[in-house]
Amino acid sequence: MNIVYTDNNATTRVAPEVLEEMLPYLSEYYGNPSSMHSFGGNVGRKITEARAKVADLINADPDEIVFTSCGTESDNAAIHAALEVNPQKRHIITSNVEHPAVKNTLERLQKKGYTVTFAPVDTGGRLDTDLVYKNMSEDTALVTLMWANNETGVIFPIKEVAKKANERGIIFHTDAVQAVGKIPIDVKDSGVDMLSLSGHKIHAPKGVAALYVKKGLKFSSFMTGGHQEKGRRGGTENTASIIGLGKACELAKGHFWEMDKRVRQMRDYLERQLLEKIPSSSINGEIKNRLPNTLSIGFDAVEGESILLLMDQAGICASSGSACTSGSLDPSHVLMAMKVPFESAHGTIRFSLSIYNTLEEMDHIVTVLPQVIKRLRDMSPFWKNQN
Amino acid sequence: MWEYTDKVKDHFLNPRNVGVMENPDAIGETGSLSCGDALKLFLKINKNERITDASFMTFGCASAVASSSALTEMIKGITLNDALKITNDDIADYLDGLPKAKMHCSVMGQDALRKAINSYRGIQIMEKPGNVVCECFGVTDLEIIEAVKENHLKSAEDVTCYLKAGGGCGNCLERIEEIVEAAKAEA
Repeated sequence: MNIVYTDNNATTRVAPEVLEEMLPYLSEYYGNPSSMHSFGGNVGRKITEARAKVADLINADPDEIVFTSCGTESDNAAIHAALEVNPQKRHIITSNVEHPAVKNTLERLQKKGYTVTFAPVDTGGRLDTDLVYKNMSEDTALVTLMWANNETGVIFPIKEVAKKANERGIIFHTDAVQAVGKIPIDVKDSGVDMLSLSGHKIHAPKGVAALYVKKGLKFSSFMTGGHQEKGRRGGTENTASIIGLGKACELAKGHFWEMDKRVRQMRDYLERQLLEKIPSSSINGEIKNRLPNTLSIGFDAVEGESILLLMDQAGICASSGSACTSGSLDPSHVLMAMKVPFESAHGTIRFSLSIYNTLEEMDHIVTVLPQVIKRLRDMSPFWKNQN
Repeated sequence: MWEYTDKVKDHFLNPRNVGVMENPDAIGETGSLSCGDALKLFLKINKNERITDASFMTFGCASAVASSSALTEMIKGITLNDALKITNDDIADYLDGLPKAKMHCSVMGQDALRKAINSYRGIQIMEKPGNVVCECFGVTDLEIIEAVKENHLKSAEDVTCYLKAGGGCGNCLERIEEIVEAAKAEA
């Protein structure tokens, strides 16, 4: 059975060009980039090249890029650094729809005595920026906001909030893991102090990511160790993956047009068709200001896991807005924060596309999903037969 | 899907006895939309108190559908007294086991069955005894204690898997942990 992979906000396939670039560094070129000999030094040179490519994608300087192991590490490192260099400040501002990498890290800090303001969003997933501004104070060490939401794709006004934070002398970090590679990002224009990005969301392998740290910003390393990354992140470099990340960033820069046109058109087509063919379905998040690849759609009176498993029978990979697993039986905190009714929140599915998807694949989903929803509604005690 | 047994998959993909029953002798309902799963169980009962037919309507995940399907197969042809002896573990066993995080689906089956039988026998179900601990799912301290003792639960996480209690906002998790510790000491 052919797989239709529409779960690219979870992870992406490694681009063939990326793999090709990496392979020699998993076999014959195994030197340590820190070594004095040229065998290692040649690997170091490739890392320098990769750093420049990552920097280029977000208009940073190569020196401003710190390689890490994952988006979560980048987020943790940013939060850690902001608090370490401002030990007297005990307040952090964020939103209530952040990824667990930020959300859970800040909740832990709350228990350690920090004050955290979780700014709410409205039903469209839009941030209450006024509340963010009102809560900025002398005691605020950090404002951390995601650039785009992983579940709905809704984009936050990062430039606007970063500017206000800068004016108040507050460090501004953005978790841009879902935004980088999908929409153009310019760190200089947006004025952010730190930015997290992750390799496996942009067709590089899992286990490699980066943190942008603005030149001149005081930094304190999260992972203490050797002199790697100019002392900002200890540990021998994940050389092949870093080289892969560089290649992926180079490719992403060439794909913005395709993302914005072809991928967006496919997403919009899928959205229109599903809304038309499936009654009592609705989109989560404001329609206009979204990532071009993400579709969060809720179906009344059915449950997400069941939908996913029936779609799985037809080879379709997506994810659900409800996490019916231990410790988290409610629909996602993102949908709850947006006050999506339970009726559709439990039946929310997220489709996230990539440049590797085709219109034929969208048609496959459009053929399969109405049958899946009907089948589940036929056994749902909450579905009112509308005929 | 990868963590479900073949039996669960089979009962999810080919559920037995789905549908609204015409003129049922008893109905048992449990769960709600906000909880994320719900079961409506229909029974036909003859004058000897034997279940002659059963059907269900379920909203929920694969294990909720499979548990409902399994339950209807298990109770067809048996007496109400025997049906009352069926526990959530029996339902899980019939399916060759459920992932721990999904045990509450089998609890839902047992609950709907008891409600159906009680309503048939005209037994008024009183307000749940005890004090509500988990506001999200309306679970009381006595229910938690009973589940801990019956199923040998060891932690608040176990309680969430069986009763959902603590699986919403999570504010009551510390209280649940206390109750579990006390109940374990008693058992």
